[in-house]
Amino acid sequence: MGELFWILLSAMLVNNFTLHLFLGLCPFMGVSAKVETALRMGLANIFVLVMTSVCVWLLNTFILVHAPYLRLISFIVVIASFVQITEMAIKKFSPTLFRQLGIFLPLITTNCAILGYAIFNTNRGYDFLQGLFFAIGAGLGLTLALVLMASIRETSETASIPAAARNMGLVLIIAGSLSLAFMGFAGLFTS
Amino acid sequence: MRETTPREDLIRGIWKENPVLVQLLGLCPALAVTNTVPNAIAMGLATFFVLTGSSLLVSLFKNWIPSEVRISAYILIIATFVTIADLVLAAVVPLIHKELGAFIALIVVNCMILGRQEAFASKRPVGRSLLDAVGTGTGFMIAMLMMGTFREVLGSGSIMGYSVLGENFEPWIVMILPPGGFLTLGFILLAFGWWKERQTETIRVRQWPHGVASGEEVA
Amino acid sequence: MKDLPTVPADAGGDSPASPSNQVAPGKLMATLGIAGALAGLVIVLVFEWADPQIQAHRAAALRAAVLEVLSEPVSYQSLYVTPSGLSATAPEGVDTVTAEKVFLGFDEAGDPVGYAVTGAEPGFQDFIHLIFGYDPAGGTLLGMLVLESKETPGLGDKIFKDMNFVDEFRGAETPIVGVKQGRATGAADEIDMITGATISSRTVIEIINHRVEALGADLEEHAATSPRAPARPEPVPVDGAAEADPVDVTAEGGEEGS
Repeated sequence: MGELFWILLSAMLVNNFTLHLFLGLCPFMGVSAKVETALRMGLANIFVLVMTSVCVWLLNTFILVHAPYLRLISFIVVIASFVQITEMAIKKFSPTLFRQLGIFLPLITTNCAILGYAIFNTNRGYDFLQGLFFAIGAGLGLTLALVLMASIRETSETASIPAAARNMGLVLIIAGSLSLAFMGFAGLFTS
Repeated sequence: MRETTPREDLIRGIWKENPVLVQLLGLCPALAVTNTVPNAIAMGLATFFVLTGSSLLVSLFKNWIPSEVRISAYILIIATFVTIADLVLAAVVPLIHKELGAFIALIVVNCMILGRQEAFASKRPVGRSLLDAVGTGTGFMIAMLMMGTFREVLGSGSIMGYSVLGENFEPWIVMILPPGGFLTLGFILLAFGWWKERQTETIRVRQWPHGVASGEEVA
Repeated sequence: MKDLPTVPADAGGDSPASPSNQVAPGKLMATLGIAGALAGLVIVLVFEWADPQIQAHRAAALRAAVLEVLSEPVSYQSLYVTPSGLSATAPEGVDTVTAEKVFLGFDEAGDPVGYAVTGAEPGFQDFIHLIFGYDPAGGTLLGMLVLESKETPGLGDKIFKDMNFVDEFRGAETPIVGVKQGRATGAADEIDMITGATISSRTVIEIINHRVEALGADLEEHAATSPRAPARPEPVPVDGAAEADPVDVTAEGGEEGS
């Protein structure tokens, strides 16, 4: 059990998906202006990640053993189809939920965080439970980074920043500072 | 929108609409593998190959791909090229392949590539699509080289392993660590923003030398 | 902020709700099916070309690692770790590439020179993978090589960049005791840890100690059987193999994954 929590906390803090592994930057840059949207994007990501962990485990265990070089294509197809189906299901069963986070779901398909998760999971040879905890940790880490960035950006809206600096460059510098801060988590868990 | 010339199609992606520095697409690889110059070049070349190849195929087959499934088809084509690039890199330069790791596979979800297919290759003839892909790919390579050099020189004191800052230089390790990636691109963009602001300032002052009435931007 | 490319609602290719009355769903599936089949074919062809080279690289890396940590062996044999000890043949139903193995090196005369054992554990940043040479007769180490590490550059990466640290492992007695700089008493089982990289160096030491603890008895038992180098097959020139690289004389022969 300790190992599973190491996997989760490592993915969330020590090797944060966004701030350390550079995955999920498209939403990070584009959706982090407001805390509320950031939170919703993060939750949508957690959901897709957890479902992906199941799909990846099924694929790796039963189908890809015979054709490892088809891994990439299979992952993409499965992730895209799954997000597609989820979007349709949410649209049908909960229009309010769809209005709130439905538009994010197609963006998640091209989100490198999901595919990156699938690839790292496979490279490390995780089994079902390990993969699941890895997914939860990754999703939580993503959400954490998103929300932190959003709250800083919201606050900085009213700060006196020179016009020349009011662009994505500043967002990246903030991201760099967050990344530096998160480096402090290294060495948090050792065997 | 007037028809663009072939030259424009080629030049556009290199600087003015540089995918990384202007459009901010394809950031994942740009930040992750630019910690040394060889890694940056290898990733740039791999992406260039995937972009050109898939633009070529998408443009060739654009009339046979039904609109409803076009995104899936593009992704399929891109993923095939990426798998090929991955296998070739693993066979020919295993050390670099190991350094790039999972990010080769992540070229598939590089929004830049899918964006070019959707916006250009699916609508234009093969020749133009190729020019556009070459231009964008070159722009990407330039951005990667820029960042790679910046990070390797400051973070290791070397370029391609050759020491350029001398024995006494204490490397800024942070530059080859993840924060360095963010900070490097951030400073580059800030520099661009500052330069652009100066340009508009100059224009503003030139037009209304007695001072700006309401702070309206001219450019 | 530029618009991100949006994926249209029917990205999955099958959307019963969308009114696509221009094109029949059959044609959509057929197009994707054909495209998928072609893509698969191309990938398989490239794989067939690339795979032998990839395997050769892996084998070469393994050979170089074994050469490094044992005392210049001329050949080596892979032994599979089974619950009942070490075995020269793979147990039933075990994949030869991913099974846990140790490597026994032999010198010119066919005498054993030591066992190369791999191990991995979480270090400061991420897992550290290493291989070390072990002589069961005296419980001493013959060498250590870090295979994979993501430790902090400039600090933790000294575990493979600081040659003083790496050389300390030659001849060290197990179980190893890590000592902080300046506190060494000269005992054979002491290793000076790297200042500023305490956790990384301690992990390296612990990996070795844990592996010796787990496999020590099996290694001693195997050594007691006085193994000799099996008859060497005709040396086959392998891509990327240097003159000095030891030859793989594993019972099955053929490609070895790392």
